[in-house]
Parts: sequence; structure tokens; C-alpha cells
Amino acid sequence: MLIRKPADIRPSEITSEANYLNRRDFMRAGAIAGGSLLAAPGLSAVIPDGRYARLADVAKGPYSTDETPNSFEDISTYNNFYEFGLGKSDPAARAENFRTRPWTIEVTGHAEKTGSYDFDAFMKPFDLEERIYRMRCVEAWSMVIPWVGVSLAEVIKYFQPTSKAQYVAFETLNDPEQMPGLRGRSLDWPYREGLTIAEASNPLPILAVGIYGKVIPNQNGAPIRLVVPWKYGFKGIKSIVKIHFSETRPKTSWNMAAPGEYGFYANVNPTVDHPRWSQARERRIGTGIFAERQATLMFNGYGEQVAHLYKDLDLRRNY
Amino acid sequence: MNTLQTIRYVAKPLVFVLCLLPAVLVLTDAFDITGGLGANPIEAIQDRFGNWALRFIMITLAVTPLRRLTGWNWLSRFRRMLGLFTFFYALMHFLAWLILDRELHVGDILEDLTERPFITLGFTAVVLLTALAITSFTALRRRMGRHWQSLHNAIYVIAILGVWHYWWQVKKDITEPLIYAVILTALLGIRLFWRLQRNTRLATAKQHP
Repeated sequence: MLIRKPADIRPSEITSEANYLNRRDFMRAGAIAGGSLLAAPGLSAVIPDGRYARLADVAKGPYSTDETPNSFEDISTYNNFYEFGLGKSDPAARAENFRTRPWTIEVTGHAEKTGSYDFDAFMKPFDLEERIYRMRCVEAWSMVIPWVGVSLAEVIKYFQPTSKAQYVAFETLNDPEQMPGLRGRSLDWPYREGLTIAEASNPLPILAVGIYGKVIPNQNGAPIRLVVPWKYGFKGIKSIVKIHFSETRPKTSWNMAAPGEYGFYANVNPTVDHPRWSQARERRIGTGIFAERQATLMFNGYGEQVAHLYKDLDLRRNY
Repeated sequence: MNTLQTIRYVAKPLVFVLCLLPAVLVLTDAFDITGGLGANPIEAIQDRFGNWALRFIMITLAVTPLRRLTGWNWLSRFRRMLGLFTFFYALMHFLAWLILDRELHVGDILEDLTERPFITLGFTAVVLLTALAITSFTALRRRMGRHWQSLHNAIYVIAILGVWHYWWQVKKDITEPLIYAVILTALLGIRLFWRLQRNTRLATAKQHP
């Protein structure tokens, strides 16, 4: 005998796919409606502690390219991270057991909310977004990487820099026990990078915590790294432990190592060559042995968003 | 079989196959039969051939000192082959740069050759090596007489150019170029030492006949 059971859930109760995909907007609307009484749950970035763990609640961010991203394998096995060695495959081979918890980020300098933040607490106020960006290395190769991260501009705003803060400086962890490359003197450690406050407040840069919707691999700068898509890759400092709001221009690692070859700005610029090689064209990784190099774009193709930052700057001198 | 025949029919073919192995490995890696060339295969191909060119020039330059120190005169029978393999790997390195990396763009190539000193150095080394390879035939060697040796002394210059080229090319880590520089210094140093020793001996002999 066939017994007809009513469905447990009435169709009207089922969230439509469109509403499901817009749930963050829906909750935000609710949060706004509820004012400060409602602490909007699910809006804060929660980064699971596990290698390649999937990141939840990642919204599609703006400015993503529709170019095909590089494979996860290319992105995670071919990169520079001198703290783990000088070869391109060294980071993947040696960062396996790198500890990304507990992780503390120190915020210092000219800002209202300075202090020591546990990584999870640091991330909590921000929203995770996917940003698919072109990455142009100063060595004339490039990739397309689907990052997951939080807007650097939001982070900067959150810490409330004072009017004295002209620059934001970053530092990488300096732990020779975990990072074999630090025992060599290839660079003056710790690795240092910086942006002007205007650059850091631009909507493009992100602090990335993931790739391909998963927790960022150790070798790519876990647990948190900078991504500035219109600048050469070395500006994207990895495994950040310090953020400093500074009145004066901070020293940056590659500039200290070879000031004639690597400037503070390091904007991607096909018309200003590196002293030892041309920057006019780039090799897109993953295109195979017989693929042609492609033309490098001014500001790596992000001129519309950033060209105004440099309108009074001689980019030939300020490379 | 006497010693000469053993060298000619057994040892030489064996060494030949052994010397060719790194090139075969690049090819099989390119087609993922053995390992692979990684995310940037063109860079990997250039690096591998360039490194082997430097290794072979060191091996070639080691023949004479080794022969003198050990008394194994048969070593000199391999010198030409090793020298030609140096040329072969340098040529493959050059062709990989020309065809795969620069994609035969004349403008790019000329700019590189004239404006990037490390490429000028490497290119000069390849041109000189080509001259040595062309004149390596026995018949030509006989015909050139004493000029042959003067021309082939260029190998010392080529070795210095090669190491210098590598040194200037690396971004930061000079460990590997430094290793080649140390080996080359030793190989050239021992020759210089022997020459000075001989000159002193000759001078002494002149004074005390």
C-alpha cells in the first residue's frame, strides 16, 4: 500500500538559488535593518586551521579578470619565497611543515587601533572575497591567480591611521628554525615591503588568505600575504607578522638589495626595462613551450583603477 | 684489442653516450616521459643546457691537469670529444634562447645582444666556441699548423666569459656561479703555476748550463 506522506518542507520554505547566492546581501540588509542590535553572524572572515581547508562564505569580488587562471599546481609549485630557498620549487618542497597557528600580527605606528592581534581576531571584522588577478613577476613571467582575501583598504580603514600615516610597511616572519632560507644572507632579513597610504587605500590590493577557494598553501605566503596586482610580484610580501603605519618611506627588501634594479614603487611598466632584461613582454606560465610571450600592459592592465595615483610622478625615475 | 683499439671502439662510444644523456633527459622531460620541466619549461630548458655547457667546459679543461697529475696519457684522447660536447650544449642553450625564449624576434634579439652585457658575453662565447668546433678536424688542425694552438687557446677566454655570463644573469643567488668560478680558478691557476715553474727552471738552466 502506498502511503502518501506530505513533504517535510513546503516549497515556500525553500530558499531559491538566487536568494541563496545573495544570502550575504540579504543578511547585510538585515544587519543594517536591525542596526547595531544585530551582530551579523557569518559576515566575519573565519579562516580554518588546516592545509588546503575550504573557505566558507567567499563572495565574488570586483575587478576579477576573465582570463583563465593558472592551475593550482603551477601556482603552488613555481614561485619565489626566498625564506624557503632561492629556487622556484624550493618553497613548495620546504614549507610543508611551516606553522601558521598560532599567528600574531602586530599593528604599530600612527594609527588609533594599534596592538597585537591573534590572526583569527585580526581577520574577524572583514569579508572574504574572491579576486582573480594577473600576477606579473619582475622576472618577466606572469600568472592568473584566483585569490581569496580581504580588501586592504578595509583593513587600513579599520585600524584608523592618523594624518601622520603616509606609508604602510609590512614585515614577514623571521624564524630561521622554520625558514631555512633565512640562514643564508641572500637578502637583509626580515623581508620588508611597503605602500603609500594612497596605494594601500585603493580598492585593488588585498590581503590574501586563500587560493582557489581553499586556505592558501604555506609556500604561497600562509597564513596571510599582500597582493598588489599592478605592481611586480615582489611587492606582494608573504606570511605577514607586522603592519606599521609610518610617516616616512619604509625600507623595502629588494630596493635595499639592488636599488638600481628594484624601486620602491615597482609598478608594472613595459616601457621601463630592468637593467638586465626587457619588461616589454612576459611569459604566461602554463602556456607551453611554443607559446609566444605576450605584451606586458602598463600597470599590468589595472591603469583605470590606479593611473591617477601617479599622475605627478616621473615613472622612469620612480621605477 | 690493444689499448688504442679499446679506447676507439669501446671507451669512446661509451663516453659519447654518457655525454649525450643530459640532452636526452631534457627531451624526455619535455615530453613528461621522465620527470618534467615544471611550470616554466622554457626557462628550465635554457638553464639545463647552459649549466651542462659550463660543466663540460670544466671537464674539458680538467683533462690536461688530470693527465699530468696521474700520468694517464690516454685521457687526452677524449679531449676533443669533450670540447665538442661543450660546444653542443652551449649551442643548444643559445638556440633555446633564440627560438623558444626570444621567439626569433629580430628586434628583441638585437636589443638583448647590444644592451644586456650578460647576453653579449654569452653570445661572444658561443661565437668563439663555434670557431673552435669548426677547426677541430684533424685535417684542418694540420693545415693550420701553429695558428691552431693560438686559436684554441681561446678556450680559456670562453670559460671565463661563460662563468661571467652566468654570474651576471642570476638575480641574487651567486652560489652556483661562484662554484664554477672557484673550479675555473683552480683549473687556470694550476696551469699558471706550472708555467711559472717551467720558466723558473728554464731561467735557472740558462744561468747554470
